[in-house]
Amino acid sequence: MAVSAIFGAKVKRREDPRMITGRGRYTDDVKLPGMLYAAFVRSPHAHARIKGVNIEKAKKIKGVVCIYTGKDTEGKVAPVPCAWQIPNADLKVPKYNPLAVDKVRYVGDPVAVVVAETPYAARDAAEAVEVEYEPLPAVVNQVEATEEGAPQLYDDVPNNIAFRWTLQGGDVEKAFQEAEIVIEQDLINHRLQPTAIETRGAVANYDPSTGELTMWMTSQNPHIHRFLISVMTGVPEHKLRVIAPDVGGGFGSKIHVYGAEAVVAFLAKELCRPVKWMEDRRENYLATIHGRDHIQHVRVAAKRDGTILGIEVKTYANLGAYLSTAAPGIPTWLFGLMLCGPYRIQAVKCEVIGVLTNTAPVDAYRGAGRPEATYILERIIDILARELGMDPAEIRLRNFIPADAFPYQTAAGPVYDSGNYEQAFKRALELIEYEKLREEQRRAREEGKLLGIGISSYVEICGLGPSRGVRATGFGLGLWESTTVRVHPTGKVSVYTGGHPHGQGEETTFAQIVAEELGIPIDDVDIIHGDTGEIPFGMGTYGSRTTPVAGGAIALACRRIKEKARKIAAYILEAGEADVEFEAGKFYVRGSPEKSVPIQQVALASYAAGEGEIPPGMEPGLESTVFYDPENFTFPFGTHVALVEIDPETGQVKVLKYVAVDDCGRQINPMIVEGQVHGGIVQGIAQALWEEALYDKNGNLLTATLSDYAVPTAADVPSFVTDSTVTPSPHNPLGVKGVGETGTIASTPAIVNAVVDALAHLGVKHVDMPLRADKIWKILKEKDIAK
Amino acid sequence: MARKKQLLETAETYVSVSMKVNGVPCSAKIEPRTLLVHFLRDVLGLTGTHWGCDTGNCGACTVIMNGKSVKSCNIFAVQADGAEIITIEGLAKDGQLHPIQEAFWENHGLQCGFCTPGFIMQAYWLLQQNPNPTEEEVRRGISGNICRCTGYQNIVKAILTAAEKMKR
Ligand code: FES
Ligand code: FES
Repeated sequence: MAVSAIFGAKVKRREDPRMITGRGRYTDDVKLPGMLYAAFVRSPHAHARIKGVNIEKAKKIKGVVCIYTGKDTEGKVAPVPCAWQIPNADLKVPKYNPLAVDKVRYVGDPVAVVVAETPYAARDAAEAVEVEYEPLPAVVNQVEATEEGAPQLYDDVPNNIAFRWTLQGGDVEKAFQEAEIVIEQDLINHRLQPTAIETRGAVANYDPSTGELTMWMTSQNPHIHRFLISVMTGVPEHKLRVIAPDVGGGFGSKIHVYGAEAVVAFLAKELCRPVKWMEDRRENYLATIHGRDHIQHVRVAAKRDGTILGIEVKTYANLGAYLSTAAPGIPTWLFGLMLCGPYRIQAVKCEVIGVLTNTAPVDAYRGAGRPEATYILERIIDILARELGMDPAEIRLRNFIPADAFPYQTAAGPVYDSGNYEQAFKRALELIEYEKLREEQRRAREEGKLLGIGISSYVEICGLGPSRGVRATGFGLGLWESTTVRVHPTGKVSVYTGGHPHGQGEETTFAQIVAEELGIPIDDVDIIHGDTGEIPFGMGTYGSRTTPVAGGAIALACRRIKEKARKIAAYILEAGEADVEFEAGKFYVRGSPEKSVPIQQVALASYAAGEGEIPPGMEPGLESTVFYDPENFTFPFGTHVALVEIDPETGQVKVLKYVAVDDCGRQINPMIVEGQVHGGIVQGIAQALWEEALYDKNGNLLTATLSDYAVPTAADVPSFVTDSTVTPSPHNPLGVKGVGETGTIASTPAIVNAVVDALAHLGVKHVDMPLRADKIWKILKEKDIAK
Repeated sequence: MARKKQLLETAETYVSVSMKVNGVPCSAKIEPRTLLVHFLRDVLGLTGTHWGCDTGNCGACTVIMNGKSVKSCNIFAVQADGAEIITIEGLAKDGQLHPIQEAFWENHGLQCGFCTPGFIMQAYWLLQQNPNPTEEEVRRGISGNICRCTGYQNIVKAILTAAEKMKR
């Protein structure tokens, strides 16, 4: 592959000029003439029967146009579908009404919707709707929900168990028989609130003369939303256009289909007027999906030299009150498949019990299953090292899959495409000066200071994915990606991609791919995304898939264009096709570079299509549509190391140093790669130290505002040292792997390992996250350190 | 009759406000409870100012009011009556980006861009208060704004770069 200056360059982002001047266009910026505003009436109870809804008072409020209850929309808007129906797990998919009909099952469950002339009037009226509830006992903890006598959310889901899923590879029994040491540990991977700074929302506009319904919405995957909203509302798919304009962050929360957006579409059609709905932050926290929430038990079999023989995991995954779009697949496949991590573990067994509770639905949040798996491994390997008196660095080195073993199939199933775990690991340790830090730590301890060093090595699965692979897991559609690359007569290029970046910068990196492949200036390339009216089809942006899959599709489309262009060039140059070479945007005859024709001229010829322009019988035009279905997933990896200090008086943890070495294969734009890593690290640190979605036992969300949910600010985190190694993916057309989630996956265990390391000499073996000051202070108090 | 009643109600419940936004005088009749952020976005159509919470935490709505940075979701438009407001749309002059905008672009200080106008306005105020900030001071100075994408590192770098640029 030719290496040009553009691929791999730190090109400034092309999306920025509009965003730094206030010209970004987000869903709430869409304003249409005659637009109405919707507000949802949401349940204040975690579990209750709806006895009646009285809208009389609300209707009288000035500006109110109409009010619909769950009964009114029943049969008109179909239940929210679950799109990842995992097989062999006795999966139960209970009815998920867009507006609750008989029962509410979590605080925030929508009961009715109000439409008014102004947003303020809509909210006034929503508050004035009187709903009579008969409260029922609620259950929020997933283990308690499965116990005898627990409140039952559904008549047809006994013990609230939505599924039982198992995965086994290798001989687990033998591993435990041969073990010289067995370690067991309970771990909690607590619930998080994704917190995209832009909340969810939608604007819908119906044209009765054409039957077309256009929606602008906060979506990571407009085509999937079109497909599912079409199914829910009965608006035919070809008459429904979903536009996701600029999207203010998603982190998974804008993948899923929710009842609210479908109701907004329904309202626009019923009223024949545009309708807008935007969540406020509280609503976002109550009713947009949450992430993680595992209660885990892990057992590990090992030899005394630190070699891990087998691992056994049992997890209770909290799914919330309804099965969200991808909910069953996240704590099962995306979790269980990665339970060998970067290590040569020969036997693995995983059991996941998916449980419904009176809480907000839980689904994919940045990392989605992989952080939960990595956390288990990286905690347990540290605990094992401690037990064996080994250094946490040494035990990892002992267990890494060696660089010459790839492609490598793990006991859990996946075939890792490529890797050099030791190299990234050593680079990270070198950058943080590991040996020196250990020395410093020893000295600090003598002075009564609490310093800790935490290592976290990971490998993750992304580039979702080969369609046959994901279909076998019960995912509703294949996960290929499509693109149309169109070369215009002047040689300018429009790229229509099914990926839908919303912060990841692919308007820039995709243009870099095209500029490299076609040898044209980057300014001649436009990337169009996020509109079902323009793009063939798209699976969207999540799971770190956009660069490997959508980017791969674009590279392949460019190569097909070059094939055709080469034929045209050969014809123009009157040379044999095999003798025509392509470099830096020009076709030339091998051996006589003065006989050349630029791709722009070829493009013009392809449209002119006359004698001497394109070969007889060839179709005119120069464009290619590609549906790229990858042959395997991609497996980025790396090692992060953190140094923390605990204030012995307050229990406050401070991150002093942080080194991240990630390998995401070839990098198109290292500046953007770094940015993804930075953001991911902070989200992962936030889980380790501060953020926690908290319900009281009655199912009230205690963290329903940004005052209560502890998202870190710039003052809470340090600057990071980031570096990378480059191990290309052998099967990806560009050798890229994806980097959107690596930071989040790696950083949480790095921090927890560091904090436990700081307390290790006091006999502390494990502390559950988040490691907030009050929790650490209590431990220090018990140990007589804090006063 | 009904029309007259409606007009009366309107006269009773609406108030007029005037202010100068990005140097342009504007006035409108609004509900007294209209928040400044909604006034800017919905009445004036200046949608560059965003909002991300209901509690004054995220800073996406930050604008400059009479020389001070304020969270426009925490202020009624009527409180800004007679004020001079600068929003993100008012920062570039004659098609020339403000050095802070340039620095955000050059340093990859934004990803989804949703928090960006708020951060840029906060930086604008911060650098007026303290043209020579340390990294620590920048981090503290923007701690009323939340970014979920960038991890802050490049925002901090952008503001430090902007400080340098503005000295030139
Ligand atoms: S909208 Fe969050 S602080 Fe104003
Ligand atoms: S760039 Fe997305 S929230 Fe800051």
